[in-house]
Amino acid sequence: MKADQMIPSTKTQRHFTWLLLVAVVMFLVACDERPWNDPQLPSSDGLATYQSMIISTPPKHLDPAISYASDESLFTMQIYEPPLTYHFLKRPYELIPGALVSLPEVSYLDSSSKVVNEDDESVAFTRYTLHLRDDLHYQPHPAFALDASGRPEYLFETAAAGERYHQIPDFPHTGDRPVHANDYVYAIKRLADPVIGSPMLGFMSQYIVGMKAFSEQVASLPRDQWLDLDNYAMEGLEVVDERTLTITIIGRYPQFLFWLAMPFFSPVGPEVDRFYHNPGFVDRNLTLDWWPVGSGPFLMASNDPNSEIILERNPNYRDDFFPSEGESGDLEAGFLADAGKPIPFVDRAVFRIEKESLSQWTKFLQGYYDRSGEVHSQPAGLFDRAFQIGANGVELAPELKEHNITMSPDVQPAVYYYGFNMRDPVVGGYTEKKRKLRRALQIAFQTEDYLNIFYMGNGIVAENPIPPGIPGHLEGEAGMNPYVYDWVDGVAQRKSIEYARQLLAEAGYPNGRDEITGEPLKIFLDVQSQAINNTLMTWIVRVFSQIGVQVEFRPADFNRTREKMLTGNTQIFSFGWSADYPDPENFLFLLYGPEGPLECACDGANNGNYANEEYDSLFRQMRILPQGPERDSLVARMVELFRYDAVWLFAYYPTEIFLNNSWVHNNKRHGISRATLKYVRVEPDERAKMQNRWNQPITRPLYAAALILVALALPGVIAYRRRQKATARHAQE
Amino acid sequence: MLTYIIRRLFYAIPILLGVNLLTFTLFFVVNSPDDMAVSQLGAKYVTPEAIQSWKKKNGYDRPLFYNPDAAGSGAVTETIFFAKSLRLFAFDFGRSESGRDITTDISTRMWPSLAVAVPSFVVGIWVNICVALLVVMFHATRLDRWIVFVFVAMMSISYLFYIIGGQYLVAKTWRLVPISGFHAHGQFWKFLILPVLVGVVAGIGSGARWYRTLFLEEANQDYVRTARAKGASEIRILFRHILPNALIPILTGIVVLIPSLFMGGLLVESFFGIPGLGSYMLDAIKSQDFAIVRSMVFIGSILYIIGLILTDISYTWADPRLRLD
Repeated sequence: MKADQMIPSTKTQRHFTWLLLVAVVMFLVACDERPWNDPQLPSSDGLATYQSMIISTPPKHLDPAISYASDESLFTMQIYEPPLTYHFLKRPYELIPGALVSLPEVSYLDSSSKVVNEDDESVAFTRYTLHLRDDLHYQPHPAFALDASGRPEYLFETAAAGERYHQIPDFPHTGDRPVHANDYVYAIKRLADPVIGSPMLGFMSQYIVGMKAFSEQVASLPRDQWLDLDNYAMEGLEVVDERTLTITIIGRYPQFLFWLAMPFFSPVGPEVDRFYHNPGFVDRNLTLDWWPVGSGPFLMASNDPNSEIILERNPNYRDDFFPSEGESGDLEAGFLADAGKPIPFVDRAVFRIEKESLSQWTKFLQGYYDRSGEVHSQPAGLFDRAFQIGANGVELAPELKEHNITMSPDVQPAVYYYGFNMRDPVVGGYTEKKRKLRRALQIAFQTEDYLNIFYMGNGIVAENPIPPGIPGHLEGEAGMNPYVYDWVDGVAQRKSIEYARQLLAEAGYPNGRDEITGEPLKIFLDVQSQAINNTLMTWIVRVFSQIGVQVEFRPADFNRTREKMLTGNTQIFSFGWSADYPDPENFLFLLYGPEGPLECACDGANNGNYANEEYDSLFRQMRILPQGPERDSLVARMVELFRYDAVWLFAYYPTEIFLNNSWVHNNKRHGISRATLKYVRVEPDERAKMQNRWNQPITRPLYAAALILVALALPGVIAYRRRQKATARHAQE
Repeated sequence: MLTYIIRRLFYAIPILLGVNLLTFTLFFVVNSPDDMAVSQLGAKYVTPEAIQSWKKKNGYDRPLFYNPDAAGSGAVTETIFFAKSLRLFAFDFGRSESGRDITTDISTRMWPSLAVAVPSFVVGIWVNICVALLVVMFHATRLDRWIVFVFVAMMSISYLFYIIGGQYLVAKTWRLVPISGFHAHGQFWKFLILPVLVGVVAGIGSGARWYRTLFLEEANQDYVRTARAKGASEIRILFRHILPNALIPILTGIVVLIPSLFMGGLLVESFFGIPGLGSYMLDAIKSQDFAIVRSMVFIGSILYIIGLILTDISYTWADPRLRLD
C-alpha cells in the first residue's frame, strides 16, 4: 500500500521538477532582452565597442619583428606606433609623422662619414634623424611593473615561480613608462637577431649599416637565456638622446621612409623582451608573438586565437586628433564630420574568428558585425547576393538598401597578372616575331569580359604595372597600352581579333599553326589550383580559339607552382603583388632583371625572367631618385618598355567593395595602412535598436514542430494501446 | 583482465610507430621543409638564408630518415623523423610551427569539442535507440516500410546539407539561435543547440536503421516470445529484454568512439565556429603545420586504441559470460 501511494507522488514530483525547469529556462530567456540569436556576450560596462571579424585563421605572429601578413597588421598596426604613418584621408597616399614630431631629417654622407650634398656623387650613406614626440607612452603592462625596490616585479628564476600566470590579465600589477629612442634601436636590433627569425633580416641587411655584422655577432653567442641586445652595438644605429635617434643606411634608398611606417620599426622595450624570456612563459604561450606591447591607440586585452581577439583603448595613448583635411570629395562624403575630434572613438574592438562565409555574412546582415570585412570585403561567393548591376554600375541588393548599408569601394594597391616566361622557347624572347605573338595573345584575352564574368566587374584592367593611387599610374590616353588598344572617341578600345590573327600570322603562326611544321600552337598555363575552375578554363579556351590557339592548363598547389617559377619550368603563370608601400619602385621591381629567379638563383620577384638592359638601367636610376619630374619620366619610360615587350598576358587591379552598417562612421578604406581603427566611430544605441528590430525570433516553427511530433506520436500511441489490448485471436487476425 | 589490458597496450606501440611513419611520409611527400618555411615566412622577400634560418630554428635542417654524415646511431637519431616523431611517445608535443605550445592549445580546445560532441553523442544514441525500438514495435507493417524509406533517404543526404540547411532555417530565417560561435561562459548552451540538433538529426537515418536491424534479430528470439506470453508490456519487452541483449553490437559501434569525442568534428566545428580540436586540425592542415598534424594524428591513434580496449572491457559488462584473458 505504501509503495502504491508513493508512485503517484514521485511522478507528480518529477513532473513538477520538469515544469519548474522549463519555467526557469523560459524565465531566463524572457529576462534577457537581447535577441535569441545574439552571438555576442552581453556587456554592461557601457564601453563603445566595435564588433568585427577576422576570416578563416587567426594571426600567426604579432611580434613586430616577425609579423608581415596583412591580417596580422590589422592588430599590430593598432597596438604599435611606428615612427611614420599614412594620412587617413589623402590620396595619393601621404606619409605623415606618427611617433615623430616631424618627418625624419635626411643627411647624406660620403665614405668617410662626412656630410655632403644630396646630389654629390660621393654619397655613400644616408642618415635619418628621428625626433620622437614627448608624449609617447607605453600601455600598462606587467613587464613594466616594479617592486618596492624599483626592480622588475615579474622576473622569475624558475618556471615554477611564475606558473600561476597563464595570460597577461592574470598579472595583478602593471606599470608603464615613456617611450625612449633606445626602444626603437632595440627593435631594429631584434630584426637582426637570427634567433627571432625576422623576414626583414635579409632585406634590411642590404641597407642598414652594420646589420649583417650585428646579426653574425649575436648568432655566435650562447642563447640559453635572455640576451640583452643593448650590450651589442649596431654601427648604423645611434641614440642621440632620450628622444632622438639616427639610422644610417648604405647608399641612397628614399623608399626607406616607407619602411619606417611599418610595424617592423615599432619600439620594443628591452624589459618587455626580458619579461617574455621568463622561464616557462613560452610554454604557456606568453610571448611577444601573442601578447604585443606597444604605445599605439589600442592594447591587447584578450587573445584567444581559437575564437576572438579583443583590443581595448590604451589609456596612455598620446594626444591624437581626427584629420581636418582630405582629398576632394571627402567633405561631401562626410569623412570630415569628425575633423579635429580626439581619437580613438571606440573603447573596445572585438574581432571574432569566422571560418565560414554563410555565418559571417548572416551575422553582418543581422547587425552583429559592424562591417562586412576588415582585410577582405564580403565573402567570396556572396557577392551576387550583395550587389546587382544597375544603371549606375554595381548597386546594393534591395535587402541591403533596406538596412541602410553603405558601400566603401576600395581599389587595392595591388596587381594580379598572368605573365609570360621570357625564357620560354615559344612565347619568350625579344625578337619582333615573339613580341607579335605575345601581343596577339594579349589582344585575344578580353580582360574586360574576364572581370565582368568572373568578378562581377570588380577589378580594373591594368595597362601598367603601377596601380591607381601610386605615382606613375596614368589615366586616359596616356594610361592606355597602344599595342593592345586604340583610342577611339575618348575611350580605349581593344584592337580587333582580326588584327590579333594578323599579328599571329606575322609571328609565324598563320591561323594558329606553325608555318614550318603545321602543328597547332598550344600554350600552357600554370595556375594555382584554387585560382581556376572549369568555367574559367572553358572561357579561356574559347577566347584563344578565336585566333586558333590551343590552351593546356597545368594547375598545381602554391608550392609546386612556385617551384616551377623558380626553375623556369613554366610558360605562362599567374601571380599577384600587393604593395608594401605606395611607390612605383615597389611594382617596377617585378620586372627588374636581377630579380629574375633564373638570374639570381633565388626567390626573386621577376617571375617572368624579363631582362631588358635599358629597363634595368632606368630602374637603378629611378630607385635612388626622390619624387619629382625626373623620376616620373624614368618611370614612364619603363612602363613604355613593359608595354612594348608585352611582358604580361593580362593584368588587373583588384577592387573590393566593403559594406558598412548604418551606425558605423569614417569607413574610408586605406589600401596601404591598417592603422585606421582609431578613426572608426560607432553608435552602440542605434546598433542595439536595429539588432532588436532585425532579429525578432519567429516562434511559429517551434509550435509547428511540436504539433508534428504529436501528430507523429499519436498514431503510434494509439496503435501501441490497441496492440496491448488485443487478444491473441485478434493479433493473429 | 589487467594482463589483457597491459598486453593490448604493448601491441599499441608498433601501431603508433606505423601511424607516425605513415603520417610523416605522407606529409613530406607533398611538403618539403622548404615549402613549410615559405609557408610560414610568407611569400615576400623570402631569401634562401631566411629559409635556412627557419629550418634550423625549427629543426628541419636535417635529413628526413637517414643522416649519412652522422656517425653511429646518429645516422638515425639525427634526422627529422627521429627528432620530431619519437618525442611524441613521451607526450612531448612541442610547439607549432608558428611557435605556440601544442599541449596548452590542446588542453584549451578539447573542452569546446567535448561541449558539442558529448551531448550530440549521448542524445544521438538515445534518440536512435528509442526510434529504432519503436520501429521494431511496428515491424512488417506499412509504417515500418515507410520509416525505413525515410531512414535511407536521411542517410543518403550529405552531412553538409543538414548543417547549412539547419543554419539557414533555424538561425538565419527563424532567428532562434546564433548561427555560429561559442563562448565558454555565459549562455554557452545557446551555441550548442543548433550543432547538437544537426548532429542528432543527421545521425538518425543511419543510426536508427542500424539499431533496428540489431533489435529485429533479437525480437524473433524465444525469450521475447516467452516474455510476451507472460504478459510483459511491449515497452518492457523492448527496453528490458531486447535492448540489453542487443548491446554487444551496439557497444562495438559506440564505445570505440567515446575517447575520440575529444577530437571533435571537423565539419561541425568549422561551420559552427566552435574553437575545438577539429577546427584546430583543419587549420593546421591548411597552414601546413606539421607539428600540430602529427600530434593530433598521434593523439587520435591513441584514443582509438583506448576506445578498442574499452570496447572489449564493455563486453564483459554487457555479457557476464565473457572473460578477458
